Amino acid sequence: MTTIEETTPVPSPRDAGADGGPLLDVRDLHVEFHTREGVIKAVNGVNYSVAAGETLAVLGESGSGKSVTAQAIMGILDMPPGKIPQGEIRFRGQDMLTMSAEERRKIRGSRIAMIFQDALSSLNPVLTVGYQLGEMFRVHQGMSKKDAKAKAIELMDRVKIPAAAARVNDYPHQFSGGMRQRIMIAMALALEPELIIADEPTTALDVTVQAQVMDLLAELQREFHMGLILITHDLGVVADVADKIAVMYAGRIVEQAPVHELYKRPAHPYTRGLLDSIPRLDQKGQELYAIKGLPPNLLHVPTGCAFNPRCPKAQDICTTEVPRLFPVTEQDGTGLPGRTSACHFWKETIHG
Amino acid sequence: MGRYVARRLLQMIPVFIGTTLLIFLMVYALPGDPVRGLFGDKGASPAVLRSLRHEYGLDKPVLVQYYDYMKGMILHLDFGTQVASGRPVTDILGEAFPVTLRLAGMAFAFEAVLGIALGVVSGLRAGKAVDTVILVVTLLLISIPIFVLGYIFQTVFAFKLNLLDPSVSDATDYSQLLMPAIVLASVSLAYVARLTRTSVAENMRADYMRTAVAKGLPRRRVVGVHLMRNSLIPVVTFLGTDLGALMGGAIVTEGIFNIHGVGGTIYQAIIRREGTTLVGLVTILVLVYLFCSLIVDLLYAVLDPRIRYA
Amino acid sequence: MPELTTSADQATKAAAGAAAGARLPEPKPEKTRSLWGDAWQDLRTNWVFVLSAVLILLLLVMAAWPGLFTGADPNDKDLANHYLQHPNYGHVFKADWLGYDAQGRSVYARAIYGTRASLLVGAGTTAVVVLFGGLVGMLAGYFGGWIDAVLSRVTDMFMGIPFLLGAMVALNSFTERSIPVVIGALAFLGWTQTARVMRGSVITVKSTDYVQAAKALGAGTRRILFRHVLPNAVAPVIVVATISLGIYIGAEATLSFLGLGLNGVSWGNDISDGGNSIRVAQFIMLYPSIMLSITVLAFIMLGEAVRNALDPKTR
Repeated sequence: MTTIEETTPVPSPRDAGADGGPLLDVRDLHVEFHTREGVIKAVNGVNYSVAAGETLAVLGESGSGKSVTAQAIMGILDMPPGKIPQGEIRFRGQDMLTMSAEERRKIRGSRIAMIFQDALSSLNPVLTVGYQLGEMFRVHQGMSKKDAKAKAIELMDRVKIPAAAARVNDYPHQFSGGMRQRIMIAMALALEPELIIADEPTTALDVTVQAQVMDLLAELQREFHMGLILITHDLGVVADVADKIAVMYAGRIVEQAPVHELYKRPAHPYTRGLLDSIPRLDQKGQELYAIKGLPPNLLHVPTGCAFNPRCPKAQDICTTEVPRLFPVTEQDGTGLPGRTSACHFWKETIHG
Repeated sequence: MGRYVARRLLQMIPVFIGTTLLIFLMVYALPGDPVRGLFGDKGASPAVLRSLRHEYGLDKPVLVQYYDYMKGMILHLDFGTQVASGRPVTDILGEAFPVTLRLAGMAFAFEAVLGIALGVVSGLRAGKAVDTVILVVTLLLISIPIFVLGYIFQTVFAFKLNLLDPSVSDATDYSQLLMPAIVLASVSLAYVARLTRTSVAENMRADYMRTAVAKGLPRRRVVGVHLMRNSLIPVVTFLGTDLGALMGGAIVTEGIFNIHGVGGTIYQAIIRREGTTLVGLVTILVLVYLFCSLIVDLLYAVLDPRIRYA
Repeated sequence: MPELTTSADQATKAAAGAAAGARLPEPKPEKTRSLWGDAWQDLRTNWVFVLSAVLILLLLVMAAWPGLFTGADPNDKDLANHYLQHPNYGHVFKADWLGYDAQGRSVYARAIYGTRASLLVGAGTTAVVVLFGGLVGMLAGYFGGWIDAVLSRVTDMFMGIPFLLGAMVALNSFTERSIPVVIGALAFLGWTQTARVMRGSVITVKSTDYVQAAKALGAGTRRILFRHVLPNAVAPVIVVATISLGIYIGAEATLSFLGLGLNGVSWGNDISDGGNSIRVAQFIMLYPSIMLSITVLAFIMLGEAVRNALDPKTR
């Protein structure tokens, strides 16, 4: 069963950016879940953007809202319990939240694609790998079964799966973890999308395999000049690959910065805490640092700054006033582009 | 796979012997005498009884009888002679089986199609009103004993509404078999619907479903291909075993609707203590059951690529 | 790289009240949450469970003290006065409330007294089936090897005989079909189902970490079996047993319908007798059918509620 689709009629050349405007622009996004126990505010006013060829890493613990934001961008949230009361998700200037379901479906998979964490459960266990890869072409481009299969083999080669032609009729469980993740990447890339969202793509993998998969992702991104949103909680993975980082906590972005800047000079106590938690060789024999406390219950988010119960620098104002994203500057006031921090005391955090 | 099949077939042999021996023992070792039963209340001289018993081989020790019977069955396909009528059991079976096959076939089609349909609807709309209604109805179908259902159907559709015939006079007429088939299918229908529902509801929340949506596939395909291919596996395997069960389980239905199939024959054989007919019937049923069981296991391996038998 | 993720459980544990200053949220000391504890919490608020439990309790009372519900004698035949007498719906709970059958006996009284027989058969069969089948399944599942091979073949043997048929053959040999006899006939083939379920469950539990740990700590077989394996493997068996109880009650009624059931007062007998008068007096068959259906329904509902509560996937 094939369907012939046309791509969404948004006239934009691939390498836009010059016409002013990022590839993806999330503005003031709010996502809620209405459950029996109450309303869970999973995302509370998130702003970030990605340009073509750029990699944005979104960092945070579970419950921070990073995955929910990504799923909202893809449009795969269950909308009865989920609700988007506010915000815009602009893809090449067009707000996807105002599009029809059918229009969004056409974008999904072909222009914005997603890679999930656990490839074993994310791939259909009873369909061959070749079928699942070929589906992309058959549904979005109306290709025949034979052609789609040929393309599938091509894709598998591209992601360096050995003996692709022989293995195209194998099932997901017959591949190793790393290979499966490559297949997921292949599936996401099939139609050469403009943006890829990778939700913890390496968390379920061994360390050495992690490196291979991240390298592959980076290489393909360069080749296709795609935007990449990398969602992770692993600071190590991020350093190599990202251009800029957004740190999320309790549904909000608490800091944004270019990658090296963030590591060198964090401007938020939470980020500082995350960095300090990384064990270092020269700390051998000393007690490991950990951020005290636990992430908040999203049904009862603390008043003021959500991080205040765990923050070593919290003051009274932190419990009463929600800090907005302040632009971060040098001590003498020169602007630091791309740097923001949602902390009343960002100055003290970054500069001393 | 071939080794697996061979192993299963070998395993079937002791089970076959065991089951037939078991039923043989149950029939012959438990109190009751088919020969005396022939004469009912009239009674007969002991000499006549003795000679009849000898003719039927009933005076030999049980195990010898079993051995003789099995030998006859396997070597000559001789299932013995029915005491009451003097006819070979194979004839009796030959008359009864096609009737039951027709009935079971109709019931199977009904339960498979309607059961899966209801289950899918219920599973896709889990928690909503339709789901609750279907769950309640299937629960009732499981709880209400089949003979009660049979009577209800008979009363409502035949006696009160005069839509269908209350009993079957011509067992080749499918329209007459319709009501009995529905009654027979009802319990299994409920099980199929519930099993499908559970499977669908569970698989709806699976990660691969999320991936399918994220790939931008239309809902028709997401549900029709990705969901169904996974959800129907346990259902198909259940249906496989049920087919075997339908053949031997129609005793009550055939009784209510006066159908002269395997069920009715079994009933007569039990009441009249007809060991030969009974054992012959059960032997066939056991073979059907074993065969279906093997087919189902193989089918399972075909449907779910994660299952591969060494 | 330290894991920065924390479980959702811990997240909900965090105290909501953000205190002034940098006071740490103290996680509230939690009651131990076991599978059964969680299940019980779910069940208490599940109306299906409550309804079926109440029904069953009511039926138990009815079985134990039928005199509380009716003063009439279920075996009292009065053909002269009450032959096929139609119900008098005004006389609620009286002897003539639901009419009289073809032998002049009170339908209502028989419906009440039939409870005891059905419940005894159901409970008795289930008890035997769980004990025997459970034991076989546990041994087969735990020890594997040739023990499993033999026990599984034996189980297959008994499973090859259609349930109803086997019970009929067994019962046909007895003219005195008392409750123990019927229980025996039903359990004779019924144990295979519990054996299968238990075997599967034990096989799953056998390979869990806590059993491996117990073995590594040197625990003896009996201890492992009864302290570790059994309590964790028993849940599916309980679900199947509860549902089977309802099925056995239905099976007994079916056997009565075929003329091979209990000798005494039983719903199955009444329904069967009522079938003879079905054209003129449907009520004779109707009320025992209702009682029977409700009883079977109650047990199946209970079993389903327990299954949903115990199933970790539906939480």
